Amino acid sequence: MAILVVAAHDGKTVRANVANAVAAASQMGSDVHVLVAGSNAGDAAKSAAAIQGVAKVLQAEDAAYGNWLAEDIAPLVVKLAPNYSHIVMAADSVGKNIAPRVAALLDVAQVSEAIQVVSPDTFVRPIYAGNAMATVQSSDKIKVVTIRPTNFKAVVGSGSAAIEQIGGTGGSGLSSFVGAELSKSERPELTSAKIVISGGRGLASGENFKMLEKLADVMGAGLGASRAAVDAGYVPNDYQVGQTGKVVAPDLYIAIGISGAIQHLAGMKDSKTIVAINKDEEAPIFQVADYGIVGDLFQIVPELTAAVEKK
Amino acid sequence: MKVLVAVKRVIDYNVKIRVKADNTGVETANVKMSMNPFDEIAVEEALRMKEKGLATEVIAFSAGPVQCQETIRTALAMGADRGVLVQTDAELQPLAVAKLLKAVVDKEQPGLVIVGKQAIDDDSNQTGQMLAALLGWSQGTFANKLNFADGWAEVKREVDGGLENIKIKLPAVITTDLRLCEPRYASLPNIMKAKKKPIEVLAPDALGVDVAPRIKTLKVEEPPKRKAGIKVKTVAELVDKLRNEAGVI
Ligand SMILES: Cc1cc2nc3c(=O)[nH]c(=O)nc-3n(C[C@H](O)[C@H](O)[C@H](O)COP(=O)(O)OP(=O)(O)OC[C@H]3O[C@@H](n4cnc5c(N)ncnc54)[C@H](O)[C@@H]3O)c2cc1C
Repeated sequence: MAILVVAAHDGKTVRANVANAVAAASQMGSDVHVLVAGSNAGDAAKSAAAIQGVAKVLQAEDAAYGNWLAEDIAPLVVKLAPNYSHIVMAADSVGKNIAPRVAALLDVAQVSEAIQVVSPDTFVRPIYAGNAMATVQSSDKIKVVTIRPTNFKAVVGSGSAAIEQIGGTGGSGLSSFVGAELSKSERPELTSAKIVISGGRGLASGENFKMLEKLADVMGAGLGASRAAVDAGYVPNDYQVGQTGKVVAPDLYIAIGISGAIQHLAGMKDSKTIVAINKDEEAPIFQVADYGIVGDLFQIVPELTAAVEKK
Repeated sequence: MKVLVAVKRVIDYNVKIRVKADNTGVETANVKMSMNPFDEIAVEEALRMKEKGLATEVIAFSAGPVQCQETIRTALAMGADRGVLVQTDAELQPLAVAKLLKAVVDKEQPGLVIVGKQAIDDDSNQTGQMLAALLGWSQGTFANKLNFADGWAEVKREVDGGLENIKIKLPAVITTDLRLCEPRYASLPNIMKAKKKPIEVLAPDALGVDVAPRIKTLKVEEPPKRKAGIKVKTVAELVDKLRNEAGVI
């Protein structure tokens, strides 16, 4: 049976992590379909059709699908589900919101944030903030799985899948979208950036994050933060890296003024190279850092910025 | 309206967990247990609703072994009015918990259910969404701020790109994110008072819920360990390593 990947998109293109979800889905079975639901989702459907390994794109047009409300999208996925062995979504804020609603409506369990597909019914997923890895087997007929994008290399190359128009299921009337307050940034998106620079409570103010912005700009990096920095209002919530924030796995992660609590490590310890800048040589972050530098960040960061800028 | 909050007993977030030698799970014997931090936020939000006159009663629900009474007592000490424990020693997965919650909702008829967005043990992030589905209710997940007006809730949600505002019809299920509110500590007099508050104990069978797990845990292992690296003395040395050893800049 085929696998259905439910794709989030911005109206123009599907999210980059859909290519990771397709890669994961391809390990569960061979016939991967992608559902693109939206109002005016034609361009997004085309972008899904161009992903290597996608056999078919289902485009569902409905005014109700414009803003990804779980109450409206879940019934559509449930209607399609009997034709599929697996429903797959990326474990981002869209997938986490919708997939469990779909699973419960189908009366099946969900496997959350799979990091490995062992076989079509068996998956590895982190528990306890990644301090343990559970291998789990689902006995349900339809398996609802969210996948952690950083653990599945995005498929490369292009495809040309057929796009099939399917009908919508209408609105539920249970919820409506009012508006978004999105953080504006020219910098690379955190979860796909090659370099991520994160600041913690050690930065001591939002103003001081400007220093990290400068370093991020010279390095072409995305900006992240610890929970403490977000809670203190230094930076917006979507900067949070960790167990209950975003999971990143860049080539280079630089933790600045971050102590390295397990909840933070859960979101970055799969990074290829980790650098820690901290004045406390006992800080736990040094236990996972490839390169540590003990000292005052207010001195080190400007020096580092200048050194990288100079080449 | 009544507000139902769900509280889960989990290993305290400060404990460094250990995987059992036989790879069947995580060591829980003689380990400090606490209320899931996101559920503390749920309790706090419900209490604030009561203090503002938006809620008439706050009921704390838990499911699991008899020790979950302690977790409910913590919620009662914070200020919840009474507790409901669905007591079972069976392994409970999110779908089963959602079904138990639904059965209690059918009985209690709350106007709002608030649960944590995820439990810090299994990190599933499912129960609230599943409950909303089973009830046919709206859902306001990852809530950062709540407002109520005319049978609707306005929910500010923490999403990938920042914040999003939605309006959802009541009754509804809310799941809490970290910035919704800061939970209070229970005062000593309130801890004493909580001892007298009622906790109703129910059984899954009596609620007509089959809690049999759908997902089998085959094994639980330690994650691969990262080796600690080296400390460098100067920024110049760091840049040299990043360029010539790691090759990442
Ligand atoms: C339910 C729950 C979920 C959580 N989820 C997350 C999550 O997703 N992500 C997350 O990050 N945290 C999370 N946390 C919080 C986590 O436990 C820590 O509290 C948090 O990560 C600490 O942030 P921090 O390292 O910035 O602050 P601190 O622990 O206060 O560390 C600050 C560090 O800065 C250093 N420092 C200070 N000044 C300087 C200076 N001038 N120069 C150099 N170094 C300096 C200090 O030595 C210290 O090591 C969660 C907690 C709970 C309970």
